[in-house]
Amino acid sequence: MTNTLHRYGNPESLRDDYIVFAIPARGINDQGCVEKLRTFLRSALKYNPVNVGEGAKGGIFRPSKSLNLISTYLRPRKHGVAPQEVAEGVDGPGTVAAVFDNKESMERFLEEVKSLDLGISVNVSALVDDTREACRLVGICPHSVEYSLGFRGRTERLASRRVLELSTMCGHGMVSFRLAQKMIDQIKEGRQTPEKASTFMAKFCTCGVFNVSRARRLMEEARVSD
Amino acid sequence: MLVDKAKCVGCANCVSVCPMGAIHIGPDRKAEINQDECVECYTCYRGLSTEHLPPFLVRSVRGVLRLFRLRFEPDPDVCPTAALTPNEITWPRLVRRAFSDPVVPHESTGTKGRGTAEVKTNDVTGRVGPGQVGFVVELGRPSVGARFREVDKVTHALADAGVTFEPNNPVTYLMSDVEAGQIRPDILNEKILSCIVESKAPLERVPAVLDAIEKVSKGLDTVVSVGVSSRCDSEGNDPLKKILEDAGYTFYRGKVNLGLGKPAKA
Ligand code: SF4
Ligand code: SF4
Repeated sequence: MTNTLHRYGNPESLRDDYIVFAIPARGINDQGCVEKLRTFLRSALKYNPVNVGEGAKGGIFRPSKSLNLISTYLRPRKHGVAPQEVAEGVDGPGTVAAVFDNKESMERFLEEVKSLDLGISVNVSALVDDTREACRLVGICPHSVEYSLGFRGRTERLASRRVLELSTMCGHGMVSFRLAQKMIDQIKEGRQTPEKASTFMAKFCTCGVFNVSRARRLMEEARVSD
Repeated sequence: MLVDKAKCVGCANCVSVCPMGAIHIGPDRKAEINQDECVECYTCYRGLSTEHLPPFLVRSVRGVLRLFRLRFEPDPDVCPTAALTPNEITWPRLVRRAFSDPVVPHESTGTKGRGTAEVKTNDVTGRVGPGQVGFVVELGRPSVGARFREVDKVTHALADAGVTFEPNNPVTYLMSDVEAGQIRPDILNEKILSCIVESKAPLERVPAVLDAIEKVSKGLDTVVSVGVSSRCDSEGNDPLKKILEDAGYTFYRGKVNLGLGKPAKA
């Protein structure tokens, strides 16, 4: 199950982060839902999501367990699977998600989702005002809303703003602070590109909700600003 | 999680990917895992790609490169020799994996992952009804971790504030006294990457419950993230917004359930 509520950043930082996910309710409408989940993802692909994923197998960016000298050093490395493969690979009930880096694509996808009438729950995880605006535009009346109130407790144990913005894009916390910091440092030293660094981090997110486009932007900003 | 020292070449890639900072390079220049800090999240084992290079070859190449003052640096998402090795774990350590590895089958402990569907399926389940509010209190995430003794403080505070714990939530499942919010004593020292405590209360209790969370959080050795949810009215507006604004909270990000779900036809 995805976990996207507490993505860190101010509204400006979150302006290119929209997750739309579908989830069947266990024991109520999960029977025969696999084809509906596939349809949801297939439709999402028309609107150029920056990542798509499903809880069981992961997103577009996946680790490879069988690299060797040739596949690593003599050929360009493959960093995952085709988006279509994620969609067709759904084989059981669970959450499926599509991540967009602009509001217009999210809105157009919502319009299609509404017309598909799949009958399974669909949620948008994003800036709530943006979602509400999209709902008005598409003619959807929201059923429930959940707000993130942010962090409490020993917040001094958290990392810097830039690291938190990257790390919390895996809601399960599988993108470690150290990895995010290492990627920022390597980019500043000119040893890594934001393109590659975002791909490396995305592989640790097992639901495919890591927004590689936002990650690239954030790391590019880090490179030039401090 | 263990490191196969016969294979490890000490590249340190696993050190940076571990969300708990549980891995370090030991005096033998090979990776070591602090078992007390490891939460069995499998991030190192599953997340790193593996190359299966012969360790002697990597060590020889490193040695030669060192002569020329060069470094052997594999891509940061690779364990070049597939040296990370999962080990058998038993109760109570099993709860670490159940709450830390998001893809672990729930059946391993009888618990059901980190949390439930919350309001994500509220349009179908009706779990948070009109006049009610759902609280989602997550401890430990990201990259800090939490012991169950910290969770126990939060669940006690929530119980005292009069919430009803979600019966299908895995933390509730691990309570020895649900009324009191008491976590079973044999797991109190177990460390996890995160867990989600889910509860409900009437809307008018929102300020009091949030106040209780604020207070207990101040005495914790970990971080807490808080989510609150409610149903919208027929216009799509939610009553929570005003309550939270009046209580002085800043909030702008959240999840909106679009209400497109339907119960299956009989
Ligand atoms: S990534 Fe693999 S080879 Fe490198 S230090 Fe860790 S266990 Fe050893
Ligand atoms: S299983 Fe998780 S906590 Fe344990 S060493 Fe690996 S990454 Fe670190």
